[in-house]
Amino acid sequence: MGGQSAAWLGQSVARVEDAALLTGAGRFIDDLGVRPGTLHAAILRSPHAHALIRAMNVDGARRAHGVAMVLTGEDVKAVTASLIVGIKVPMECWPIAVDRVRYVGEPVAVVVAESRYVAEDAVDLIAVDYNPLPAIIDPLAALAPGTPLLHPELGSNLASDRSFRYGDPERAFAQAPRRITVSVRYPRNSCTPIETYGIVAEYDRGEDAYDVLANFQGPFSLHPVMARALKVPGNRFRLRTPPDSGGSFGVKQGLFPYVVLIGAAARVTGRPVKWIEDRLEHLCASVSATNRITRLEAAVGLDGRVAALAFDQLEDVGAHLRAPEPATLYRMHGNLTGAYDIRHLAVRNRVVLTNKTPTGLNRGFGGPQVYYPLERLMQRIAVELALDPIEVIRRNLVASEAFPYRTASGGLLDSGDYAGTVELALRDGRFADLKARRDQARAEGRIYGIGMAAVVEPSVSNMGYLTTVLTVEERQRLGPKNGAHATATVRLDPSGTVSVAIASAPQGQGHRTVAAQIVADTLGLSPREIRVVTEIDTAKDAWSIASGNYSSRFAPAVGGAVLLAATRLRDRLSRLAAAQLNVPIGDIEFAAARVHSRSNPENALAFSRLTAASHWAPATMLEGEQAISETVFWTPPELSPPSDADTINSSLCHGFIFDFCGVEIDRVTGSLRIDTYVTAHDCGRILHPGMVAGQITGGFAHALGAAIYEEYAYTADGSFLAGTFADYLLPTSMEVVEPIILHTQSPSPFTPLGSKGVGEGNAMSTPVCVANAVADALGVTAIDLPLSPAKLAAFLHPVEVEPAGRGDAAPQGHGRALRGAGQVAIPGEPQEIWTMLLDADVLGGLIPGCQRIDRKSPTQFRAEVLVGVGPVKGRYRVDIALSDLDPPHAVTLTGSAIGALGFARGTGRILLAQTRGATRLQYEYTAHIGGKLAAVAARLLDGAARLLIGQFFSALRHRRKGRSLGLVGRLQAVLRRRR
Amino acid sequence: MSRLDALGWHRVRFELNGRVVESNAQPRMLLTDFLRHSLGMTGTHVGCEHGVCGACTIEIDGVPARACLTLAVQVHGATLRTVEGLAPMPDRLSILQEAFRRHHALQCGFCTPGILMSLDWYLRTKPGPTEVELREFLAGHLCRCTGYVPIVKAALDAAERLREASHA
Amino acid sequence: MKPAPFDYVCAQTVREAHAVLAAEEDEACVLAGGQSLIPMLSMRLARPKVVVDIMRVPALAAVDDNGQTLRIGAAVRQAELLRRADLGDKQPLLRLALPWVGHAQTRSRGTLCGSAAHADPSAEIPLVLVALEGTIELSTRWRRRRVPAEAFFTGMMTTARRPDELIEAIVVPCRRPNTGYAFREFGRRYGDFAIVACAALASPRGARLAVGGVADRPVARNFADLHGRALDEAVEAFAWELEARDDLHATAAYRRALVRRMGREMIEEARRCRG
Repeated sequence: MGGQSAAWLGQSVARVEDAALLTGAGRFIDDLGVRPGTLHAAILRSPHAHALIRAMNVDGARRAHGVAMVLTGEDVKAVTASLIVGIKVPMECWPIAVDRVRYVGEPVAVVVAESRYVAEDAVDLIAVDYNPLPAIIDPLAALAPGTPLLHPELGSNLASDRSFRYGDPERAFAQAPRRITVSVRYPRNSCTPIETYGIVAEYDRGEDAYDVLANFQGPFSLHPVMARALKVPGNRFRLRTPPDSGGSFGVKQGLFPYVVLIGAAARVTGRPVKWIEDRLEHLCASVSATNRITRLEAAVGLDGRVAALAFDQLEDVGAHLRAPEPATLYRMHGNLTGAYDIRHLAVRNRVVLTNKTPTGLNRGFGGPQVYYPLERLMQRIAVELALDPIEVIRRNLVASEAFPYRTASGGLLDSGDYAGTVELALRDGRFADLKARRDQARAEGRIYGIGMAAVVEPSVSNMGYLTTVLTVEERQRLGPKNGAHATATVRLDPSGTVSVAIASAPQGQGHRTVAAQIVADTLGLSPREIRVVTEIDTAKDAWSIASGNYSSRFAPAVGGAVLLAATRLRDRLSRLAAAQLNVPIGDIEFAAARVHSRSNPENALAFSRLTAASHWAPATMLEGEQAISETVFWTPPELSPPSDADTINSSLCHGFIFDFCGVEIDRVTGSLRIDTYVTAHDCGRILHPGMVAGQITGGFAHALGAAIYEEYAYTADGSFLAGTFADYLLPTSMEVVEPIILHTQSPSPFTPLGSKGVGEGNAMSTPVCVANAVADALGVTAIDLPLSPAKLAAFLHPVEVEPAGRGDAAPQGHGRALRGAGQVAIPGEPQEIWTMLLDADVLGGLIPGCQRIDRKSPTQFRAEVLVGVGPVKGRYRVDIALSDLDPPHAVTLTGSAIGALGFARGTGRILLAQTRGATRLQYEYTAHIGGKLAAVAARLLDGAARLLIGQFFSALRHRRKGRSLGLVGRLQAVLRRRR
Repeated sequence: MSRLDALGWHRVRFELNGRVVESNAQPRMLLTDFLRHSLGMTGTHVGCEHGVCGACTIEIDGVPARACLTLAVQVHGATLRTVEGLAPMPDRLSILQEAFRRHHALQCGFCTPGILMSLDWYLRTKPGPTEVELREFLAGHLCRCTGYVPIVKAALDAAERLREASHA
Repeated sequence: MKPAPFDYVCAQTVREAHAVLAAEEDEACVLAGGQSLIPMLSMRLARPKVVVDIMRVPALAAVDDNGQTLRIGAAVRQAELLRRADLGDKQPLLRLALPWVGHAQTRSRGTLCGSAAHADPSAEIPLVLVALEGTIELSTRWRRRRVPAEAFFTGMMTTARRPDELIEAIVVPCRRPNTGYAFREFGRRYGDFAIVACAALASPRGARLAVGGVADRPVARNFADLHGRALDEAVEAFAWELEARDDLHATAAYRRALVRRMGREMIEEARRCRG
């Protein structure tokens, strides 16, 4: 490193990005102009979780004013190829449904029009005929024999089943005094940045090339995937990123299928096409994190030492095995033993497909799903063996002298002082005080608990880790994959200022500022003399498949590449300066924008003079050299491909985090209050303390969301319920407490700057730390996320006693299906009522909002209805069938409706019984409502269903009453219907 | 009384950051799209289009308002302020903007304009808020980057400085 | 998410608003604050032919206090009312409940009458109207009527408003002597839809508790002078009568538990606040 002390690095300098962002001068993708003639896309999306597309009518949409093109799956398929899936399985992956939809929100058609408004108008005109199929939501259900297959060509919903064995786990288990197990269902969530996806795509017909601007975050290993799908070679797929991106946290990796989709739209339309994703689309159809079922067993000694771990992980990747999945499952493969020295490990990894959003990168990426069972297990060990949980952790931690430490599965933990960081946390975080607070609270009868978590935070992914999922033979056939190139270019202007270009695509992490600090220190300048550009242009910039901003790689890898490039330039400038100042090279120092002799500071040159020489007088340069530009591709040697024993160093750097917290649970509401949260980090060398604090606090907030508020909720039949920010609950300033952040710094020996990534750690540690505290507070053995008030209250509230005589109580919803029942007394004999129900005209008069009805068979009808609740009205096509007829006593009525707002399916059993002078009609129904209405108004659906069904039977009664009342009654009924 | 036809483009004219602006809009055009694409004022951002995230918050007739929950035609004749009008001079930040910078109260910056507009109004109408009051007020804004802590600190810092400035 | 096309009328008088509603009936939507209507338009859940903006009708912007009642016009914004220093004296339940309506950034634009018209089952203003036995004033060009709150909220987002009627005002009784008021709501996050909201008053007539967020509209019960075990049992019966359902955010059992505990606490608090 440089010969001077670091002046800028380590300081919280003001960010160069801020002035523009604070004054509304940011340049996010939707802020940039587009070429005249650019059109706008809107996407028709599936309301069903699983269905065959029987027919689609786009004529009305195509003819609509302002519409240039409507693309169906077939149209897209004609100009693209299937996206590569993460593992070689016989399965295709298109960015749009072709003959079948597999998740709610899957694109079904694309409209290209003069504005987004007009495009959405045309989307409403597309009529799709679906044949619904059973939806698979639960990963275990996906494996059950006889379950419908999402991808019949795969022959199964199980895409991968791999087992691994390190050390001698069988013997360790056989010899262990105790075996302790946890079973965990880790739920699904997503990082939802405030800015959604944006793409502007153009196709050059003359050169058969695409030019795409998109707020893509990388990794650029997806560039060849997109190019291949667009059927062009890599150099005819120009991918550019905008100057600013409004957050990503992994999610903007997942826009690559949309690049292909919008690219295809541009090609077919012959005009540039722009698409800005809206929030409803984002929540159901961008990416989410995986949900995972894990059974984790430990072979434990009586002192709490863990000899072996056995993981059984069932990973749910949603409807498609979309690249880079199953990366979530394998990202942590080298770190499955976490912070602990455990030599024996057995792993079974299964990857299953379900009718949910395809998964992708999210903050923590596989870490939360591993550490939740692991740290829950550590707490269980302490509880079951009656040991101090801190002691259990301490006894298992990797020893401070052991670094670099090779884990059982091949991870190389670069540096750390885990025990020291724990001590710092306990001391400076005042753990003893917290214990006293807990005791005091409990003495007062309050529900208070303490939890902790120890986590190793990996950063800078080994691009080969995904090949661990392949067998040794498959890997040999494919050739090795490994490494993690980071790229930086440093250029010197004739005037003495410096330009830096990095292939990093930041989304708020301040790369432009930190890169400038690095170069400033190296070249003895101030950051103001250095200008950093982070927009990537694959046609012009240096990049590799590892480029992008993910797995927290900026500080360790990209920052390192910047340092190397600046250092190499400095070394060449030193040689030039030494010649000009006539001193030995070792005497040259760069400081304060000058280059001087250390022994005689008066003997100096302005930095700008030196850089000018390189431009203006290249002949004065020593042979062959230039000191104008330096591009570095750096890849660390520690990242080798998986070995033949399936060991893999999945990440280059490993930070360490130790958290503990105190929580209180309200006895009445079950709501969770974080009383105090301490998080101690060792992220290696800290380059910018303010930004590190920002990453930790931001990760902490994300994690609180995942732990307590956020859930990607589905009904049993696959309807997506968390479709707006009113139902997908992000924590606000009222929910996020300020964590107490402590630091130790064990520099990494593997990165040029000694820094490690810090962006994802709390996403991995906080959810389980909070869950452990809740388990401690409630004294429960098992608890899954999210820690909602209703879930916690169920542990606290006494069991209800349902009052006697609630005979007409509606059966409770099961798996969020809507259920109801009721009864109504109707004048007349059952036989008369029966006849009415089978009369098409009468039926038409009963169905709320019915505008026309046709009889298809004696027991089947089709109707067009315009119906709604309050102001929410939609047009639906309704199919009704009568079955299980037992005239005139009972009939089953099945209806299914489809419209722009979604679909509804219901089955009701109607019983008719004679009472004095009237018929008592009882009904019981189950209904499923899906599509947009379910996504945006889930909590209102139950009431809406009851209302509409109630209206049907009310109408029946009124009609009968009308008949018996005569003309006046009938007029009244007609007037009521007209409203 | 005129009825603005759905498919027609109707003149909308109002005061924006102290100057009169005008363009045409259909009745259904959201104010966010009007500001951003018809007037080129892209500082106001769109995060959810259903009024929850707060990124689109501006000031209409002296009170904070979600631009995504407003039709362009509704603000004909009104007085609007957006984030572009916050800085006192082109190369000087306001006290609030400076505080944000000092405390690293923004990372990606996408939610920031809405929060600045909200806080600018709040600190004018309620000087000297407590931290709890500030957090309650800020609950109407979603941020995914910062975890809110530095935003609260920046707001408290700005409140303090504004109080000093008004006493001076 | 862009709205489907609609015409727009900016009414300058009540008569103009009446004319549009008479002509278009349920194909018209009234636009007041827009905080509930515009998201529905953007999501295309509502597709009116015409939107009639009533915010520039001076006659609808008044808050009339005649000592007995507070009459709040359709164009009165939530924040405006909340800013009144005397609101706590005039009607404490409004003062207690209004800060829970949305967020400060939506109260600045949203109206009280708009919230009543929208009739979301967990909304605070309909709950307060039912608790206080307020009335809603409806009018067309040819007739006016006043509908008691309990009759006005007929179901999930449904009211007794006829398609040609304009809500001109809501009317709530002013604070009565020797009466205590209490309000509490619980949601997953601060400012969220209430999972359960309770509004209680205790007067010489007895205690009254209204609950929102559970049934498909706010429901109230009178508890006279019941105390102790008898009150517990009555509140328990009420909790079951509300026919709570499971949903994404809470179970039916949980809602009942909150009604039991929170409802009971609010009755007690209202009683404590009397006189």
